[in-house]
Amino acid sequence: MSQTKREMLVDPLVDNNPITLQVLGICSALAVTSSLQVSFVMALAVTFVTSFSSFFISCLRNQIPGSIRIIVQMVIIASLVILVDQVLKAYAFEISKTLSVFVGLIITNCIVMGRAEAFAMKNPPVASFIDGLGNGMGYGLILLLVGFIRELFGNGSLFGVTILQTVNNGGWYVPNGMLLLPPSAFFIIGLIIWAFRTWKPNQVEEREYKIQQVEAH
Amino acid sequence: MEGLISLAVKAIFVENLALSFFLGMCTFIAVSKKISTALGLGISVMVVQAITVPTNNLLLSYLLKPGALAWAGFPDVDLTFLGLISYIGVIAAMVQILEMVLDKYFPPLYNALGIFLPLITVNCAILGGSLFMVERDYNFAEAATYGVSSGFGWALAITAMAGVREKLKYSDIPDGLQGLGITFITAGLMAMAFMSFSGVKL
Repeated sequence: MSQTKREMLVDPLVDNNPITLQVLGICSALAVTSSLQVSFVMALAVTFVTSFSSFFISCLRNQIPGSIRIIVQMVIIASLVILVDQVLKAYAFEISKTLSVFVGLIITNCIVMGRAEAFAMKNPPVASFIDGLGNGMGYGLILLLVGFIRELFGNGSLFGVTILQTVNNGGWYVPNGMLLLPPSAFFIIGLIIWAFRTWKPNQVEEREYKIQQVEAH
Repeated sequence: MEGLISLAVKAIFVENLALSFFLGMCTFIAVSKKISTALGLGISVMVVQAITVPTNNLLLSYLLKPGALAWAGFPDVDLTFLGLISYIGVIAAMVQILEMVLDKYFPPLYNALGIFLPLITVNCAILGGSLFMVERDYNFAEAATYGVSSGFGWALAITAMAGVREKLKYSDIPDGLQGLGITFITAGLMAMAFMSFSGVKL
């Protein structure tokens, strides 16, 4: 194996981030990030599902016939998601209400399927587990970053604790209401991608259409 | 009837699956480079959505709900915890069947939509539609309406997005924003535009 375990864990955080580079699993990244607490729970849930589904799929990779592998992967992922869903309903009912359908949607989160298909089907269990963990964490990183910006500037609080006293409560901070609305997540992720790619210029996409400089005669 | 029409309008514009719940975003971003492919995918999503939401509704009301198994003599059984796995099973099976039927009876349509069908199983808009149907407790007629119209809303959004991106190709965009970055910002602006529908009272 060319990569060390540490590289496999750290690589998906910035260099090969599932959201900003591979464009996977964006749906939930946008919808659940209006508060930091919810993003945190979601990040944990996805990391759990990704790492364990990679592990189990990798354990079974030599037994799964190629023609029905998608269904088998789906069943493994769905069972893990049901586990997460039931645990959340039992111990964190409020949060599971806020997450509503998005816990169930971890099943169709492309990160989970993508890692299962691209990595776990070809590699031994422990490596797959670490790969899943790394990708889950790369996803969680973006989720927390977006959640942090949205809650801090939209509500003046972090994890529900007031940081910037808002005007309504007699403070000085005028909250930016737009950050609580769904479209702001698009802008924040777009800007995060811009920042990442300025930092790591090799991630910049090729232009499909070049504007040519016309030389003056 | 009036209720169903207002449900349909709400599902298409106000609660657009792609732009206000962000479902199916992976495909929404990845397959929206050309209008023709976007339209093909949009139509397949609509067809699959129109089949799976009502089917899952039947599944829920006759097999999974608490007391739903009364017809088989088990009035106390509650199988709702099996929901997720059954819905995704139905979706995967429906997509497979649709693919086979199209291949056998409508080859031109199969050739046009064929490559998108496997993608649809993992499209969150489809599973999301079924889960919203469960959460909001729709009956069969409402579920059928919701399926068709939410699929239509998604198709509308991805086609519009592809239209914008085809034009955007020729613009001078900063290097870091090229491709994915600017697509997100465009999607954000479109989502804001769709939010203006939320004032519509029916």
